[in-house]
Amino acid sequence: MKSYGFGSRSFDVFNYIALTLLGLAILFPFYYLLNLSVSGPIAVSNHEVYLWPVDFNVESYKRVFAEPLILSAYWNSIRYTVVGTFFVMVVGCLTAYPLSTKRLLLQRPIVIMMTFTMFFSGGLIPSFLLMKGLGLLNTIWVLVVPGAFTFWNILLLRTNFQSLPEELFEAARIDGANDWHVLLRIVVPLSKPILATIALFAAVGQWNAFFGPLIFLNSDDMYPLTILLRRVLITQEVFDDAALATADPRYRLGANISIQMATIFVTVGPILLLYPFLQRYFVKGALVGSVKG
Amino acid sequence: MNRLPTLPASAHRERIDKDAASGGAIRRLIDNIRHNPHLYLMVLPGVLGFLLFHYVPMYGIVIAFQDYDLISGFWHSDWVGMEHLVSFFNDPTAWRIIRNTLLLGFYSLLFGFWPPIVLALLLNEASRAWFKKIVQSVSYLPHFIAVVIVVGMLMQLTSENGLINLLLNKLGFDNVHFFTDPSYFRTMYVISDVWQSIGWNSILFLAALTGIDPELYEASYMDGASRFRRMLHISLPGIMPTISIVLILSASHIVSVGFEKVYLMQNPAIYEVADILATYVYRRGIVGGDFSFAAAVGLMNNIAALLILWVANRTASRLRQESFW
Repeated sequence: MKSYGFGSRSFDVFNYIALTLLGLAILFPFYYLLNLSVSGPIAVSNHEVYLWPVDFNVESYKRVFAEPLILSAYWNSIRYTVVGTFFVMVVGCLTAYPLSTKRLLLQRPIVIMMTFTMFFSGGLIPSFLLMKGLGLLNTIWVLVVPGAFTFWNILLLRTNFQSLPEELFEAARIDGANDWHVLLRIVVPLSKPILATIALFAAVGQWNAFFGPLIFLNSDDMYPLTILLRRVLITQEVFDDAALATADPRYRLGANISIQMATIFVTVGPILLLYPFLQRYFVKGALVGSVKG
Repeated sequence: MNRLPTLPASAHRERIDKDAASGGAIRRLIDNIRHNPHLYLMVLPGVLGFLLFHYVPMYGIVIAFQDYDLISGFWHSDWVGMEHLVSFFNDPTAWRIIRNTLLLGFYSLLFGFWPPIVLALLLNEASRAWFKKIVQSVSYLPHFIAVVIVVGMLMQLTSENGLINLLLNKLGFDNVHFFTDPSYFRTMYVISDVWQSIGWNSILFLAALTGIDPELYEASYMDGASRFRRMLHISLPGIMPTISIVLILSASHIVSVGFEKVYLMQNPAIYEVADILATYVYRRGIVGGDFSFAAAVGLMNNIAALLILWVANRTASRLRQESFW
C-alpha cells in the first residue's frame, strides 16, 4: 500500500499536520489549565501565563488537599467507585451465567423482560419516588445498587460466556462440579479480558457520575467529587473564604482561578495517570459493544 | 448385567416425557428448577433487581395521570387523566422547551456526526504506527473526563479572564460573555461535544476501515489513483454501511439530549435556548416537587424517544441485511 511520489508525499504532509493539530487542540486545554493551577496568583490574574507556568508553586494543591470538603468528597468518590464496580461485576456474572446456558427453562422470558428495560424506563420521577419510598435517598446504596441492573453489561457477559466451549462445562459437571464451581473456577477465569473491560467502564462511569448523586444525595458529607466540583467551578461557592477576603483583589482572583484548576486536576488525576496503561481495555470495550449493537 | 441399569433409565425418561405432555408447563418448570437449583438461585437477584428498579418505576408512571402527593401515595391519589399533559402543552414555554431539545439534538448530529469519520479516514492514511497510536490515545482521552470537568474547563477558557477573550482582545475585539449570552450556548455545546467525542466515535469507523479488501487499494494504485482519490473512492464507500447505521442510530437520540451537560451549562439568563425537556422535568419535579406534572412530561419524552428508537432500529437492521446479503 506504500506509494512514493510527489502527490503522495504532499498528502502525507497535509495528513500529519492535520492530525498533529487535532492532537494539540485536544491536549492544549489540559496543558494550559494545568499551567494556571501551578502559577502564582498575580501572574494568573495579570494574564502572564500562556505556554508555561509563571512563578511555579503548588500552593493551590496544598489548599485543595487541606479542604475537608474535598477530602471527604474524594473518599466518597473512591468508595462509590469501588463498591459500585463490585456490584456490577457480581450481579453481571451471577445473572449472565444462568442466562448463557441452555438448561434454564425460563431463559427466554427473563431475557425479554430485561431487554425491554434498555428501551423504555419509568423515567426520573417514578425512580426518585421509589428510592424515596425504599428509604435509600442519601445513602451509598442508591448510587451503587440500581446501576448494577443494567442489561447492557449482562448482555456483553452473556455473549462472551456463550462463546466458551460447552464441553468444558459438561466435563466439569460430570466430574461432580456444581454450577457455582463452574462459574467461579471455569467461566470467570476464562473471561478475564471482558470482565476487566466491563469493570473499567463501570469504574470510570461511577467516578464521573453526576446525575445520580445530584438527584439522590442531599448532604455535604455524602457528595462525591463531581458534585463538589460543580460548586467549586460553576457556582464558585467553596473556596471563596475569609482567608482570601482581605487579600488584594487581583491576588484573590488569581488564587481562585488557580485553586479551581487544581481541583480539576486532582479529580481527573487518577484517570489521567491510569489511562495510558489501561487504554487497550478501553478500546476493546468500544468494539465489544458494537459487535452486538 | 447390561439390561438392568438401562431399563429403569429409559422408563424414567418415558415417564418425564409423559409428564411433560400431560402435566403442563408448571410441572416442567418445577422439574427444571429441581434439576438446576443453583442456576435459579444465581439468576434470582438479577430478576428481582430488574423488577424492583425498572418495572416498579414503570408502574409508577401512573402518577402522570394522578394528582400525586406524598401522603396519599400511588394508591390513594386522585385520578386526573391527561390534565397534566394538556396543561403542559397549553403553556407557551412547552414549545420553547421542545424546540430547544430538538434543535440541540439536531445540531449535535449535524456538526458532530462527520468529524469522527474524517478523523478515521485520516488516521487510516497515517502509515507510521507510533504516530497513529499517539493521536488515537490523545483523541480518546476526553471521552473519559467527567462532564462537569469539561464544562468547568470550558467556563474557564471562555470566562472574562479566559484565554479566548484574551485572544479576542489582542485581535481588537470586545469581551464576549459566552455563558450569559444566549446566542453562544448551542455553539459551545456542540464544539465541546465534538472535542470530547471525536476520537472515541472514530473507533467504529477505524475498525470498519481495516475490513476493506487491500486488493482494492492495490488495484487503484496500479491505475494511478492518488491517495486522496483512493480515500474518497475506496475507503469512504467501504465504510458506507457502517456510516449509515451509525447515522441512523445517532439520529434516534435526537429527543434524548443528555441532562448533565445542559444542566451544568445553563443558567436563567440563557433558559430561552438552554432549557430542554430533561432539565425542565428535573426542575419541576425534583426541585419544585410537582411530581405528577414532571412525570407526565417525562413520560411524553420517553415515549417519543422509544418511537424514534424503534423506527431507527428497524431501518438500521433493514440496511444491515441489505449490506451483508
